[in-house]
Amino acid sequence: MTARVETETSTPAAPAATAKSVPQALAADSTARRNFGWLVPTLYIIFLMLPIYWLLNMSFKTNTEITGAFSLWPQNPTLRNYAVIFTDPAWYSGYINSILYVVMNTVISVAVALPAAYAFSRYRFLGDKHLFFWLLTNRMAPPAVFALPFFQLYSAFGLIDTHIAVALAHCLFNVPLAVWILEGFMSGVPKEIDETAYIDGYSFPKFFAKIFVPLIASGIGVAAFFCFMFSWVELLIARTLTTTDAKPIAATMTRTVSASGMDWGVLAAAGVLTIIPGALVIYFVRNYIAKGFALGRV
Amino acid sequence: MERTWNNKAWFMVLPVLLLVAFSAVIPLMTVVNYSVQDTFGNNQFFWAGTDWFTEILHSDRFWAALGRNLLFSAIILTIEIPLGILIALNMPKKGLGVPVCLVLMSLPLLIPWNVVGTIWQVFGRVDIGLLGFTLKALGFDYNYVNDVFDAWVTLIVMDVWHWTSLVVLLCYAGLVSIPEAYYQAAKIDGASRWAVFRHIQLPKMKRVLLIAFLLRFMDSFMIYTEPFVVTGGGPGNSTTFLSIDLVKMAIGQFDLGPAAAMSIIYFLIILLLSWIFYTVMTSSDDQA
Repeated sequence: MTARVETETSTPAAPAATAKSVPQALAADSTARRNFGWLVPTLYIIFLMLPIYWLLNMSFKTNTEITGAFSLWPQNPTLRNYAVIFTDPAWYSGYINSILYVVMNTVISVAVALPAAYAFSRYRFLGDKHLFFWLLTNRMAPPAVFALPFFQLYSAFGLIDTHIAVALAHCLFNVPLAVWILEGFMSGVPKEIDETAYIDGYSFPKFFAKIFVPLIASGIGVAAFFCFMFSWVELLIARTLTTTDAKPIAATMTRTVSASGMDWGVLAAAGVLTIIPGALVIYFVRNYIAKGFALGRV
Repeated sequence: MERTWNNKAWFMVLPVLLLVAFSAVIPLMTVVNYSVQDTFGNNQFFWAGTDWFTEILHSDRFWAALGRNLLFSAIILTIEIPLGILIALNMPKKGLGVPVCLVLMSLPLLIPWNVVGTIWQVFGRVDIGLLGFTLKALGFDYNYVNDVFDAWVTLIVMDVWHWTSLVVLLCYAGLVSIPEAYYQAAKIDGASRWAVFRHIQLPKMKRVLLIAFLLRFMDSFMIYTEPFVVTGGGPGNSTTFLSIDLVKMAIGQFDLGPAAAMSIIYFLIILLLSWIFYTVMTSSDDQA
């Protein structure tokens, strides 16, 4: 493949006679494709937005309007559903719980993953490859396998229904992920930087905090984002480990069946509110998302 | 990068090791423990040997769930991978369109999984959902609650909606790393659109495509929350995947022995997949 590319890149030095027609051909071709090409991502985004729009639409309707007349937008927009969520502690405490354990998990995961990722990216040591593989298997472990043993383990420590229990349990898949992403970013930093710093008289902790961490700041941001994301979207383990005090918002949502039937409006409003934190954090890492998904290895 | 041999690096890995040991090894040992014992309550356990494993491996229920899982993963991959490539190829390369596309496309990835389920559960309902209502108005006999085929279609469309963006993002990351000079050279050579794709874009995307393929395969193999919310495993058992079956067995029926044995078999399958994934990843590391 490399050989082929080399031959291709060498061709721009081709005879000048053809050079005139080439820019025109290029321009004509690219406009033609652009007109058609725009359609694919646009259609795809419309497909993505439709169900979200429908949820948003429902969240501004009253229950009678949702179940009664079918309409594409709210006829009598109401904020009642959001008011319910922001005034009822059973609802808004769900958000606080979710955010608390997600933030705890992100901090723990990134903090322990930083030195480990540095070790993996800089040193060879006994069993390093096996250890790395073992970490990966935990990222790939089905949460369903762990639900029951987690419950028993955290019961034994009296941690059921605490935020730290969920935060620790989510480390199962977030720590390996953070190590992988950070290792990918750290491997991109030349080793000469470390050596120069040591020659300049930096101690290891000082070098790590003052020089190395700023260099991989974007990597830390991406790792934190992914920890946040996977902890935020996970429900099976979070629901198993909590009953009331640390119950995540997503689990609260499963209980909207009241005496008068499903409270669709509140359910939709709660759903919309769970999308917002993700939308906010994604904006900050938009240029690195893809690199993060590739575990820092594009 | 050349790495130096230093066993003291173990100290840096130690926190991770302890944390993951606590959250993975201890629970896993509990599972192993249950898988070889039987209980009649009162915390009295009896050695059961490999009975549970034999039972699981001979039960139609397990094989049916495994079959459904494999079918689901196969359908998902044949739709999501080509669709993801197609969308990534047509993404804008620069300008305002790039961040807009990236943020909007990533949105489904950040929605809690049960909310994804809820969104589609509502969206597909024939009485209040846009999709269900439209299909009904067009004359389709669509009902994901009662009809097996409709339930599968709903789950597949939902998964495509939820995860195709992952494939798009990965492919896009691979595509933007191609220098502009390659394309210009190809133009001058008079390369067709297909030739550009086949010889320039596809080789550059090979690595990220592998990651996308394996991540999507493993995650769809572990799918639980979304189908649980939308169909609850029904109608009948037609959408009961391995995870759903496992949770039903462990927490619903409290059949600890068989559930633990099934967990281990399930985990071994995943382990094998992870090993393939790891081998692929590290071998392409060496090439790069």
